[in-house]
Amino acid sequence: MDWLTTVDHKKIGILYLIAGGFFFLVGGLEALLIRIQLWKPLNDFVSADTYNELITMHGTTMIFLAAMPMLFALMNAVVPLQIGARDVAFPFVNALGFWTFFFGAVLLNVSWFTSTGAPAAGWTAYAPLSGPAFSTGHGMDYYVLGLQIAGIGTLIGGINFLVTIINMRAPGMTFMRMPMFTWASFITSALILFAFPALAVGLAALMFDRVFDANFFDPNNGGNAVLWEHIFWIFGHPEVYILILPAFGVISEVISTFSRKRLFGYSSMVFATILIGFLGFMVWAHHMFTTGLGPVANALFSIATMLIAVPTGIKIFNWIFTMWGGSIKFTSANLYAVGFIPTFVMGGVTGVMLAAAPADFQYHDTYFVVAHFHYVIVGGLILGIFSGLHYWWPKMFGRVLNETLGKWTFWMFYIGFHLTFFIQHFLGLLGMPRRIWTYLDGLGFNEMNLISTIGAIMMGIGTIMFFLNVVITNAKPQNAADDPWEDGRTLEWTIPSPPPEYNFKQTPLVRGYDAYWKEKMDGHKGMTPAEPIGSIHMPSPSILPFTMSLGLFITGFGLMYSRDWTFITEHIGFYVAGLGLLITFGSMFLRSVYDDHGFHIEPEELEDKGVKA
Amino acid sequence: MMNRWQFFKRLAPLLALMVLVLSACGRADLSALNPQGPVAQEQFGLMKLAFSIMIGVVVIVFALCLFVIVRFRRRKGDKSIPKQVEGSHKLEIIWTVIPIILLIILGVPTVQTVFNLSKDHSNDPDAVKVIVTSHQYWWEFEYPDLGIKTAQELVIPKGKTITIEAKTADVLHSFWVPSLAGKIDTNPGGSTNKMFFSAPKEGVYLGKCAELCGPSHGLMDFKVKSVDDASFDRWAAALQEPVAMPSDPAIAAAFESKCLVCHAVGDKGGPLYPNLTGIGSRDSVGGILINTDDPKYSNEGSTYDNLHRWIENPDDVKPGNLMGKIDLTQQELDGIAKYLSELTLDYEK
Ligand code: HEM
Ligand SMILES: [Cu+2]
Repeated sequence: MDWLTTVDHKKIGILYLIAGGFFFLVGGLEALLIRIQLWKPLNDFVSADTYNELITMHGTTMIFLAAMPMLFALMNAVVPLQIGARDVAFPFVNALGFWTFFFGAVLLNVSWFTSTGAPAAGWTAYAPLSGPAFSTGHGMDYYVLGLQIAGIGTLIGGINFLVTIINMRAPGMTFMRMPMFTWASFITSALILFAFPALAVGLAALMFDRVFDANFFDPNNGGNAVLWEHIFWIFGHPEVYILILPAFGVISEVISTFSRKRLFGYSSMVFATILIGFLGFMVWAHHMFTTGLGPVANALFSIATMLIAVPTGIKIFNWIFTMWGGSIKFTSANLYAVGFIPTFVMGGVTGVMLAAAPADFQYHDTYFVVAHFHYVIVGGLILGIFSGLHYWWPKMFGRVLNETLGKWTFWMFYIGFHLTFFIQHFLGLLGMPRRIWTYLDGLGFNEMNLISTIGAIMMGIGTIMFFLNVVITNAKPQNAADDPWEDGRTLEWTIPSPPPEYNFKQTPLVRGYDAYWKEKMDGHKGMTPAEPIGSIHMPSPSILPFTMSLGLFITGFGLMYSRDWTFITEHIGFYVAGLGLLITFGSMFLRSVYDDHGFHIEPEELEDKGVKA
Repeated sequence: MMNRWQFFKRLAPLLALMVLVLSACGRADLSALNPQGPVAQEQFGLMKLAFSIMIGVVVIVFALCLFVIVRFRRRKGDKSIPKQVEGSHKLEIIWTVIPIILLIILGVPTVQTVFNLSKDHSNDPDAVKVIVTSHQYWWEFEYPDLGIKTAQELVIPKGKTITIEAKTADVLHSFWVPSLAGKIDTNPGGSTNKMFFSAPKEGVYLGKCAELCGPSHGLMDFKVKSVDDASFDRWAAALQEPVAMPSDPAIAAAFESKCLVCHAVGDKGGPLYPNLTGIGSRDSVGGILINTDDPKYSNEGSTYDNLHRWIENPDDVKPGNLMGKIDLTQQELDGIAKYLSELTLDYEK
């Protein structure tokens, strides 16, 4: 119950982590089934329909239900601590964001258990394949409504972080003193703010097509199928940067800490991050070179895309030069971070290759692209998340993950990863399209696909090893030091692990970049407080975020089945949808009329609560 | 730990070299790395340029990385604090400017190629015009100037420029013959995309659908057959000849009532689904059952066997295709398969 009503950012971070971790396993299982199907030619381990459901749900799950929430987990766990805040700006909204994501995710996955099966039009859901004429059954309805509901959560989460970072920084923490992870979270949140509405609009239009017979994307009735591609990628391309920027942030923190050195070229890092965020919006049509936009558009989007290599390159070299002259310690967290650099470079260079439009006519929709985006997403983002998890685990849970097991896990996962995806570049170049259920024998694809499948199994084992590590660690006593890596540089390492409910007994005074490091170098034991010890105001827990999201979940069901349930009575689906909305709006109403002033933690309580919780 | 890491990092540039070695690899009729026509050749040129630049970048970054992590590892018990370097404008400018130069080197030919390959040859009197219409999960090829229509196998005169107008009858597909030219999507609605290519050498090239279009997306293969001018003319003429019905009247009746409602042969039948004229001389049935008298794989067989297998249960071969199981007796099935397997066009010398 405590967990259903919490509004504490640290607990919400843990909720995101559990949910994201769970869906990572689900998405991983889907990936393994895909790879088993492809391990030999003309295999029929799964049917063609199931295969398309698997790729669709694998992509959708990994991006929306695993990667995003795991990043939100890190952001929730770390950002308020790094800026010296007691919570996020809107704790209630934060909880609401989690629950809408969660119910959206559950709704999407319910589709597996229905008679018409999961969505099967690819995670990009191109019309008209995703429309009512070609995706009969409810699979795509689950996609549209599940993502719509989950998207609300992401959007309000992003807005919350924007406000938090703008408004809640401790005294002295200017923008140019913010840790890189906070910067990355800030830009990511801004991207969410601009990109997710586009997705919401697209999904709403597709919902109208599917549920209410509209014709937005149906060319036979004046709609336009290419329009979906534009809307989807205007969201979808920034989405890639929404995913990767926080990973960049993690890498910056980890590399700097374990090299015992300040981040090289901090201001150019900030600048590069902003530039990447900005360019991320300018290049969506590079997913559409073969759509036939004409040579002028193709040329412009080619060049714009290539430009992103410049700020990305700046980042890569800055990381390498952060290590240069440092004293590098290879903890598990740092192994992931250092392993990230060459892997991401590989993903980056294939990205530039894809940006050359006429060459993309050959790469597009082949395994070359599958290899490229997995180098970026798995080799970039997932390595970044693993790095961040090992790094901040003691802060989040008060326990250090097992280092030996951590290192074994890294090697298992890392080698498995390269085995799986490196070879796929060649599969694509030799003519293997992506999203194919099976391939003919004798085309020269067999051995490479087998190797790829072996690699995927290794990654699966690696993932299981990580979860084992979590279980083992959880059985140990909660005895992590405040600054367990001893070289902590930022504010989160100045408070106990895990932090008390209110984070900072006294808001710290920030005197420079790498605030904690600066105090340590000046010979101080901790931060100078910026305020006297006083009573701390805390928001009260609330069940309303949960019920609001539950209402949306019910609405989703009602809308979807509005046509099927007519045998009970006409329009029953709409009544159910109405009931759901009633619950949601009712909860909102309660929230508005019920004055809740929260509660206070008094100075006397701080003394005994201030020690480890 | 460290040794394995080094080993891996040393391996990486080697693997990158593999790219160059592999570039002569892959089936000549399928691989984008083994171009067989000028369009694919031009694209391959751009790919090679990009490869070379990127391998350079990768090698340098990997070498730097390797050096740094070996040279600056923390020794046991090292408590010293390295100098806290803020940054270096000189270095930062260097690694901003060098990538920009590399991008210019790549960007200029990219833009040139974009415009080269978007030329419209459709008014060129020497070019052969083809309207490609994609369907779930087969391809229709219409030659408007010759008044003929065929399916699954695009026969072209070697060396001539072929201009394609690409359309779809249902969802998005993408027309792709890797060894001859990159892909172009077929968009629903009024918009048609254009492209061109040519095949200077005689031969059969494999084509594929490259856009998720339903369960049998991966099985939506076709062939491009490049033949000499005289053969092409004979083929085009033969395709317009009337076609004799099966000699056995029972088979003929079944064929007409159960097959020709959708398919056409010669001047008979409907235009809805693939035109079957000359199907006996095609290389495959359904694009994926390869016709050969020396079958090695489970998707290979004699023309007769393949046709038999397809007609008996099309859904088994291509799940979700729109032909569906046709209600035929065993005799009808055998007879129709035999008739079709003998429905050849002898156009090649
Ligand atoms: C366990 C490691 C993984 C393996 C073995 C794996 C494997 C695959 C395979 C084989 C495909 C299908 C390619 C095709 O037929 O087109 C695929 C698609 C995809 N994967 Fe992964 N993947 C893994 C992890 C991830 C992660 C972590 C993400 C994102 C966070 C991700 C995102 C995607 C996306 C977006 C697609 C495209 C789906 C679509 O075509 O609609 N994958 N993956
Ligand atoms: Cu297709």
